[in-house]
Amino acid sequence: MRRFLSLGLLCLLLLGMTLNAQAQDAETNNPDDAAALELLEALDVDSYAAKGEAITAILQSDDERARDWLQALLDGRLQRTDDGRFVRVLDNRGRDWPVADVLTGEELGEMSRRDLERIGINNNLRNQLRSAIAVVDLYSPSVERRRTSAERLLGEVDAELVPILNDLIEQEEDDQVRYRLTQAVAIYRAEEGEMAGVEALDGSLHPRSRVALSRAANSDDPVVANAATAALTGIEQQLKINRGLETLYFGLSLGSVLVLAAIGLAITFGVMGVINMAHGELMMLGAYTTWGMQQLLPGQPGLALIVSIPAGFMVAALAGVAIERGVIQFLKGRPLETLLATFGISLILQQLVRTVISPLNRTVITPEWMSGSLVVNDALSLTLNRMVVLGFALVVFAGLMLIMRRTRLGLEVRAVTQNRAMARSMGIRATRVDIMTFALGSGVAGLAGVALSQLTNVGPNLGQNYIIDSFMVVVFGGVGNLWGTLVAGLSLGVINQVLEPWVGAVLAKIIVLVFIILFIQKRPRGLFPQKGRAAEG
Amino acid sequence: MSLTTESSTNFWLTRPFSERSTQIFLGVLVAALALVTILHVAVPAGNPLHIGAYTVNLFGKYLSYALLAVAVDLVWGYLGILSLGHGAFFAIGGYAMGMYLMRQIGDRGTYGDPVLPDFMVFLNWDSLPWFWHGFDMAWFAFAMVLLAPGLLALVFGFLAFRSRVTGVYLSIITQALTFALMLAFFRNEMGFGGNNGLTDFREILGFDLRTDATRLGLFLATGVALALGFILCRAIVTSKLGRVSVATRDAEARTRFLGYRVERFQLFVFVVSAMLAGLAGALYVPQVGIINPSEFSPIFSIEIVLWVALGGRATLYGAVIGAILVNYAKTLFTGIMPDAWLFALGGLFVFVTVFLPKGVAGLLLHLKRKKRGDDDSTPTDKIQEASV
Amino acid sequence: MSFLQSLTERDRVFDFMTPQAKKVDVRHGPILYMEDVTVSFDGFKAINNLNLTIDDGELRCIIGPNGAGKTTLMDIITGKTRPNEGSVWFGSRHNLLHMNEPDIASLGIGRKFQKPTVFEALSVFENLELAMAADKRILPTLTARMTGEIKDRIDEVLETIGLAALRHQPAGILSHGQKQWLEIGMLLMQRPRLLLVDEPVAGMTEQEMERTAELLTGLAGKQSVVVVEHDMGFVRSIARQVTVLHQGSVLAEGTMNQVSMDPKVVEVYLGADDEEAA
Repeated sequence: MRRFLSLGLLCLLLLGMTLNAQAQDAETNNPDDAAALELLEALDVDSYAAKGEAITAILQSDDERARDWLQALLDGRLQRTDDGRFVRVLDNRGRDWPVADVLTGEELGEMSRRDLERIGINNNLRNQLRSAIAVVDLYSPSVERRRTSAERLLGEVDAELVPILNDLIEQEEDDQVRYRLTQAVAIYRAEEGEMAGVEALDGSLHPRSRVALSRAANSDDPVVANAATAALTGIEQQLKINRGLETLYFGLSLGSVLVLAAIGLAITFGVMGVINMAHGELMMLGAYTTWGMQQLLPGQPGLALIVSIPAGFMVAALAGVAIERGVIQFLKGRPLETLLATFGISLILQQLVRTVISPLNRTVITPEWMSGSLVVNDALSLTLNRMVVLGFALVVFAGLMLIMRRTRLGLEVRAVTQNRAMARSMGIRATRVDIMTFALGSGVAGLAGVALSQLTNVGPNLGQNYIIDSFMVVVFGGVGNLWGTLVAGLSLGVINQVLEPWVGAVLAKIIVLVFIILFIQKRPRGLFPQKGRAAEG
Repeated sequence: MSLTTESSTNFWLTRPFSERSTQIFLGVLVAALALVTILHVAVPAGNPLHIGAYTVNLFGKYLSYALLAVAVDLVWGYLGILSLGHGAFFAIGGYAMGMYLMRQIGDRGTYGDPVLPDFMVFLNWDSLPWFWHGFDMAWFAFAMVLLAPGLLALVFGFLAFRSRVTGVYLSIITQALTFALMLAFFRNEMGFGGNNGLTDFREILGFDLRTDATRLGLFLATGVALALGFILCRAIVTSKLGRVSVATRDAEARTRFLGYRVERFQLFVFVVSAMLAGLAGALYVPQVGIINPSEFSPIFSIEIVLWVALGGRATLYGAVIGAILVNYAKTLFTGIMPDAWLFALGGLFVFVTVFLPKGVAGLLLHLKRKKRGDDDSTPTDKIQEASV
Repeated sequence: MSFLQSLTERDRVFDFMTPQAKKVDVRHGPILYMEDVTVSFDGFKAINNLNLTIDDGELRCIIGPNGAGKTTLMDIITGKTRPNEGSVWFGSRHNLLHMNEPDIASLGIGRKFQKPTVFEALSVFENLELAMAADKRILPTLTARMTGEIKDRIDEVLETIGLAALRHQPAGILSHGQKQWLEIGMLLMQRPRLLLVDEPVAGMTEQEMERTAELLTGLAGKQSVVVVEHDMGFVRSIARQVTVLHQGSVLAEGTMNQVSMDPKVVEVYLGADDEEAA
């Protein structure tokens, strides 16, 4: 680190700047405030050319507050009061703005925006400022800051910066920063029509690299032009693969939601032959449970989300048991009536939420560890929340598989699915199995709701939007087959996403629905039908 | 009671007229139409007995719903096919009528284009899409009212029934069908006015739609259509074909072993029902003045099924009772407390399925039998009994 | 989809192009001829290399322990199940494997199910009416009229099965035995060439059983009858020829006496229940 700093200082001299990046506190090493004021005064002129010179002057000064000034200037927050003081606006919303003195850092309280005058800049200055700040940040001890600033340099490099950057590349310890800086230089070189730049950019997926390469492709030197064209073709190929991967990811993500929504339905439908039209509303209850938890635990969205998983399951499961005991048990052997009755329940639940909570959508906060994305390369980044939901769906699926395969309940459930009368005569209490299955299926719907709250708006219509899709998944996969549901859900999600760029979201959905309608004609029992005698019943 | 079976050597279409229940139904319907007409025309506006044009219009709407319910009862009650997509046939019939009414506007639209409807001008289309041609002719449009839903039902039913998709599966894919159509019709590119649908109609067959006389005329026409549709359905269910339908409903495989091509019978009844639904939609549209994709919504289709369930399945007149009762209640509720309507509707679904499986018609029959104190069940009764 | 595929099949003959179904050709003797038929469900062979021949006018009983494949055999003949291998001919002209259920039914193969299935919502009379041999296409069915001739025919069958008094009752209220008879009656209305009767006397009283035996033996000669039955007493009372099925193939064939002497049969079936065999 020491070596890095001393070498860094050496380089800074080239810009006429010596910044001790480790010195965070402006007060400790305070140069002459009068000189600083002079530097700032030079900014408050009408001519933009003069402002440009003033910025250079600030850069060449060794004032370590320079970065903050330049940043404030870039953001339009560097302003001057009536009495000639330079201040930084801390918050520019509302009528009165809190400000701080740029020299002392002292907060001056709120001032009326009318009493402040902004130091204006134009686009040229803005660009100048950006690269200046970028370079300044490259000496920051914070890797994060160096990364951001290196990335910002892509396509912004000019002849003067090249030698500085080359030096920095040698000293840089972080691979990513080094990679970016190399890339930034290469982009410059490629744009200048240099072969080295074109070669270095081969395989780079960043959009700026492509811009540079396409410029190089028009170069007068045929060797460079050919190399650039070849590199571009290779990059296009790479991009295509990456786009494919991205589509796959989105497809799997959508599919995982469908699996979560459908799998509970698959259980209740498969075991009891019951069409639960209120399934979507049970999901809605799960989503609202998440919202409620976040209200109960303000400031801790992550904890609330974790707690919501068991809570959402319980709330939906209890609601499911109430539905089973209150209505469905009276409609045994009348699947079509059950469909109608549960549809009625779904209307009641929706209206209940509208009346008791609100007809408007509620916001559920995404905890920090779920926001952001995983950057694979310049063309592909995977959002974390979708990844978490995908993982969650798989965990729920595995859990259900375990319950079905390894527990007594699962055994009884499978027995009742295959032959209710026989199971009863063997002493399995079918009624109890019904209740447990329905609770399980409903609980899983609740889990789906918890997961959905991280992806979409939580509102009274949340469930409605998924119910038809979930039925399609169950029918497509084959009733009473969890693997079928998994495969069907994921593949429908992917199909949908693959179609979307071609035909648009609505048409993609229509095509998928029509596809399933036709598919059922061909294979009325779904992808994985139960075979043999059992299926005839 | 088996009179209809054994002594009916007469023509199948006139067979319903010898039935007591059909006679009563037609009598009540004609009396109601006459009463409304008299109270509307002959009673002066100030009189409390007077029925205003708005109410006549409302009744006309109920009657078109009743025809739709009869169509659903034909497939659900007698064939055992719970269609959750009949709203689609209703809407397609409605769109066919809407397209005719749009073309009738001519150059009186906002943009004054003599051929293109307003929404097409708005979308900068320069010519009429091919499927809009011919709808300026009443005969063509009215034929399409029956043929378009009939064709959809034919294709869909052909695919579904030949692969023996029945029961819950069929219900789900009919629901998917109407859902897909709703999404499609919401798109502007479809050429049916997108979100807003078709509206701002002016006249039908040269009669101004906004006059009271036209409204009364539409109301009466709907009443006549309901009567004819009812008689057609009754004729079908009292024929041998109707008995094959019931046989299919209760034991499909068995019927097949008797040598009936079950899928063709299902297809026939399904298509007839879809055409009746289309007719109902066509009568509905000029009375409400608009047709938009919301008629395709799966909720509406399920609601129709509720009307039938409430009225009583496999009676046909029960469907009429149910449609009118529910929609009257809806009018009342949405006027007084709109928020409570979904609660009431939802509760009705649960109540009917759990406590009133035979619907109002079943209740009436039960009371009648109790009064007579015997157990001489009528054919309708037993057909209903097995269906629940 | 497959409809389009079927359009492209060049050897396909469309229904409307075929001449009216030709009569069953029994000049060569057998009315039903099954050869090397195999059916497997998920690897389990329900029928394994089965050969069976039924002569015209014969009354044949098929017996066998549970799971021997008796019901599957009937499913194959009526077109409900398609065998994986083998051939099934009706007479010497009709390949049943190329026909669907309604075609097979209208060709003259009637089936009575193990569990009696009648149309419970319809009256006894109407049940028979639907079963009657008639033009079963849509429009003729829609416009069908009830003629005196049809009525007489139904009345005749009602007498035969002893349900004349109950003609107007919904079939749902009949007793188990009465439903079995109604089913046989429905079969008679079809005027089939071949009757497949699955466990006709299950759940019947002694007298009902006797009546059923009379009914079935009365049919033989005019029609061919195949009876699948568990009740040995009943089989003995009606059978001339008996076929024993075991694990999906024919174990033995002959008269009841021959069969019950056969050591293989005694071992797998009759031996297990001496009382019944005796």
